[in-house]
Amino acid sequence: MATEVMETTSTRNYLNNGHTVKSWLLTLDHKRIGLLYLFSISIFFAIGGVYASLIRLELITPEGDLMTAETYNKVFTMHGVMMIFFFLIPSIPAVMGNFLLPIMLGAKDVAFPKLNLLSWYIFILGGSLMLITMINGGIDTGWTFYPPYSSIYSNTQVTLAGVSIFITGFSSILTGLNFMVTIHTMRAPGLTWFRLPLFVWAHYATSLIQILGTPVVAITVLALALERTFQIGIFDPKLGGDPVLFQHMFWFYSHPAVYIMILPSMGVISELIANMTRKRIFGYHFVAFSSLAIAVFGFLVWGHHMFTSSQSMYAGMVFSLITYAVAIPSAIKIFNWTATIYKGSVSYDTPMIYALAFIGLFTVGGMTGLFLAALGLDVHLHDTYFVVAHFHYVMVGGAIIGYLGGIHFWWPKMTGRMYPEVWGRISAAIIFLGFNLTFFPQFVVGYLGMPRRYHAYAPEFQVLHILSSAGASILAVGFIMPVFYFAWSVKFGKKAGNNPWMASGLEWQTSSPPPTENFTYQPVVTHEPYEFEHVEEIKNAGKLENKTA
Amino acid sequence: MAEHATHVPGLAHHFVSMEQQKEAGTIGMWIFLLTELMFFGGLFLAYAIFRYKYPDGFLQGSHLLSVPLGGLNTFILILSSLTMALGVYYSQMGDRKKLVAFLTMTLLLGLAFLVVKFFEYKEKFDHHLFPAIGFWNPAADHPPEQYHQHVRVFLWIYFAMTGLHALHMIVGAGILITLIYLARKGTFTKEYNSPVEISGLYWHFVDIVWIFLFPLLYLTGFHVSGGH
Amino acid sequence: MSLLTILLQVPFLPEQASSFAQEVDMFYLSLWALTIFFSVAVAVAALFFMLKYRRRRIDEIPEQVEGAMALEITWTVIPFLISLFIFGWGAKIYYQMYTEPKDAMEIYVTGKQWMWRAQHPDGIREINQLHLPLGKRIKLTMTSEDVLHSYFIPAFRTKADVVPGRYTMTWFTPTKAGTYHLFCAEYCGTQHSGMIGNVIVLEPSEYQQWLAGGPKEASPSATGQKLFASLACNTCHYDKDGGRGPSLAGVFGSQVKLENGTTVIADEGYLRESILNPGAKIVAGFQPVMPTFQGQLSEEQVLQLIAYIKSIGAQEGAVAAKPAASPAPPTAKASPAAPTTQAPAAQGGQKKD
Repeated sequence: MATEVMETTSTRNYLNNGHTVKSWLLTLDHKRIGLLYLFSISIFFAIGGVYASLIRLELITPEGDLMTAETYNKVFTMHGVMMIFFFLIPSIPAVMGNFLLPIMLGAKDVAFPKLNLLSWYIFILGGSLMLITMINGGIDTGWTFYPPYSSIYSNTQVTLAGVSIFITGFSSILTGLNFMVTIHTMRAPGLTWFRLPLFVWAHYATSLIQILGTPVVAITVLALALERTFQIGIFDPKLGGDPVLFQHMFWFYSHPAVYIMILPSMGVISELIANMTRKRIFGYHFVAFSSLAIAVFGFLVWGHHMFTSSQSMYAGMVFSLITYAVAIPSAIKIFNWTATIYKGSVSYDTPMIYALAFIGLFTVGGMTGLFLAALGLDVHLHDTYFVVAHFHYVMVGGAIIGYLGGIHFWWPKMTGRMYPEVWGRISAAIIFLGFNLTFFPQFVVGYLGMPRRYHAYAPEFQVLHILSSAGASILAVGFIMPVFYFAWSVKFGKKAGNNPWMASGLEWQTSSPPPTENFTYQPVVTHEPYEFEHVEEIKNAGKLENKTA
Repeated sequence: MAEHATHVPGLAHHFVSMEQQKEAGTIGMWIFLLTELMFFGGLFLAYAIFRYKYPDGFLQGSHLLSVPLGGLNTFILILSSLTMALGVYYSQMGDRKKLVAFLTMTLLLGLAFLVVKFFEYKEKFDHHLFPAIGFWNPAADHPPEQYHQHVRVFLWIYFAMTGLHALHMIVGAGILITLIYLARKGTFTKEYNSPVEISGLYWHFVDIVWIFLFPLLYLTGFHVSGGH
Repeated sequence: MSLLTILLQVPFLPEQASSFAQEVDMFYLSLWALTIFFSVAVAVAALFFMLKYRRRRIDEIPEQVEGAMALEITWTVIPFLISLFIFGWGAKIYYQMYTEPKDAMEIYVTGKQWMWRAQHPDGIREINQLHLPLGKRIKLTMTSEDVLHSYFIPAFRTKADVVPGRYTMTWFTPTKAGTYHLFCAEYCGTQHSGMIGNVIVLEPSEYQQWLAGGPKEASPSATGQKLFASLACNTCHYDKDGGRGPSLAGVFGSQVKLENGTTVIADEGYLRESILNPGAKIVAGFQPVMPTFQGQLSEEQVLQLIAYIKSIGAQEGAVAAKPAASPAPPTAKASPAAPTTQAPAAQGGQKKD
């Protein structure tokens, strides 16, 4: 349970340091930039969510009756594009990474604050172009943009969308670059690499992918736009191009991009579990290095999206084998988190509920990934709803659950106020139920043969689709609730105090909300992370309790 | 350590010391160059695959490029790398005059490269060898007709790679102009010169990319003279 | 209660109608068993720890358990071994699915926005349907007229992308008579979800009846032979050597020496490229004089020409095998000495040369 620690919080903080619009739009403060991202990606999430509900509404009946096939194709494309490029990829790094990383390192800001603000503007520019694309009629290529459909046949706004993604990519690259330099050079005295919180390790691995992967997708969509504009033979076989080359280049980024989405979430879960159980993470080194292993191996497995694409059979075997190598570090994390709870002092607050949900859902998501990496089975499963279910278990059940857990955990630090705990738990439970009802039936319907991106489908799939749509409506309720209670808490929430969770970590040693320069003193780190005997608040709470008893 | 921040000129408020700031800048540039490497890497991959698919088309395409002009540009860029390195050296020595002189020389060499490139491009446009629809209309024997489609693939790779490289040269020229302006103002001293050093890294990187482009694009068909 | 009965009627597996189906299903169910085992184990452990070790005092600091190397090694090695096993099983099935079958009946398939065309060996064509004889090994050679498609028959557990500019292959043996779904699984534009059809597996005798009942059409190779004459290919490509172009008898499956000194296997992809882009690979000893047929032939016609070239290989190739050609074509293809050349999934231009 959160306890209010009575202490004089500094009245001067990053939130009241300037109230003008300009003080927000031209801020160099990483915390304010984090909040700018929070607002922008929430809008994109809402748009992506509306598209998701349109998809689920259309699929209630087997006939394509709610909208035309053309509209449906645009709807699922925009759902994917919004959720992946404008919500999931920036989500945890750009919001929580920006807000927390410098504080966790004991630094005043990221290494390049101006670049950080620039990357938000680039993000907004890219996002605006995508909104213009949407208003101009959207795109119908699927978020994967496979040519020659996208480069020659589609008559939607593909070039504009490509330019938008090209631009947005630089936002991601600059964020990754900034984080990497910050982690290398701006750690507080005494903060050695193995004293870093696992959140920081996860972001380091994520940054590596952003830096090395994003430029490849940038050049790929640029080539696509060039082919579309000039009709040169890059991907279109009629002009001497190679459509499978696009798939190789696209997945070289887009598979690691999955780890851009999930690794930060894993970092969040490590923090939640350690702090909510007051235990050191079991096998800290294994969890830290598994993040790096995932980032590195993640670059070598892109071909597993192409087992049926006419790439060579032997290439398929190599990609399959390496894919199993990525499964190992993920399994290591799951086991270590579970072992961390053992003999802990487990709190039942909302962040822990999310952490538990993550362990369950990510296990299912990860294990079903093994189905898809298995060559002979993937031939049947590829491009069916089984794939859809799998990546939603990882992306929603993993990345978004981690994101929500993290937002609940650090909300008091960001705003200085507690969210209402009861509502937090209720919405977490609703999300968990709604999520499983939405996506579990999709595993079944996928194996039965329902292909992805189908506007109308065979009638025997209807029962499962109705279950899925029913689940989606529950899930929507679960996602909308936090918007209200978070907004409510900003004004009416209980004052949080510096360290409401009695957590370890530098971010809990400064005031809530933190001052603009993060710390009023230069923090010095003298011990490893998650050592709870150093947390003053725990001792004080005990004393207070003894007095009142 | 706030007391440092207010005194040292050129030290941003969020860094603890000059060393930290310099380290951040240098690591930042190296990481940026990694990104650039992957950016060009996509095109190098396309080059490798299409050259493997269409060896003869690439041979014919390479005959369309002028080895003397490409060679001249290679020489110019290598020379500019030297002048840039000397510029960095004199910035560390704190010799403002020589710094300005070498930066200016680097800038002029960079511009010379772009001028040569411009004439090369112009020649391609004049012969309708720019691979875009509407422009592409090569003479029947230059290159031989049966290679047209594959030469067109070669040429888009040529234009994409050298165009991207030229874009980097233009950005580099902008950086040099800024550096020259700052150097004349006396911003750089023995203690504070990391912008020159970091820009030097960028310039050398752009040069190195060209060192790869020249043989891959211009010299591919050099050992075989003429068409089939 | 009625909801439950409806749910119970939902099948968990599609029908098993090909020789692959049973093993794929077995594999699938085993992986579910594994998934349920691990998910339940982790969930039960986590929940049990949460209940047993719930926070009892606000200032509780639990005894710290440092990592244990033995445990870490255990839960690294065991998943590793399990995943190696899954890899092996998956690779085995994949190898079977994507290795070219022997003695298969070959059907040509072309995908086009948004329909599937098929042509049977004796000429019958159909759209969005595929009639197959029960128990016969079938090989589909496929290409696309426009964008990417994917030929997916859930009841057979097979799928292969249909790629413009190259040939892809899938094969199966139908084991159960009936009508099954045919889906396009690779997104291909507006009517993607309408690019569907039926696969109808018939008893062999019924299949023969069905063939007889259809409109009489020439077989692909016969149509190809006519095309070969009408396009005047035979003015340069003679039955024997001596023409301005190389003789095509027995060329299919053989090794061809090229002008630039390399050799290629004359597979479907090579023949296709040589028709549509004759300048790409010049046979040693010949001039690049052949005009391109790009834009003049439909994918179906290219396939018919190839079928004809294959057929003259089968008749005369065995008798008049050129000295340069390696033994009989089928053995050359199956020979382990050249494993990469028989990867049928990569019949496109990439691996030739």
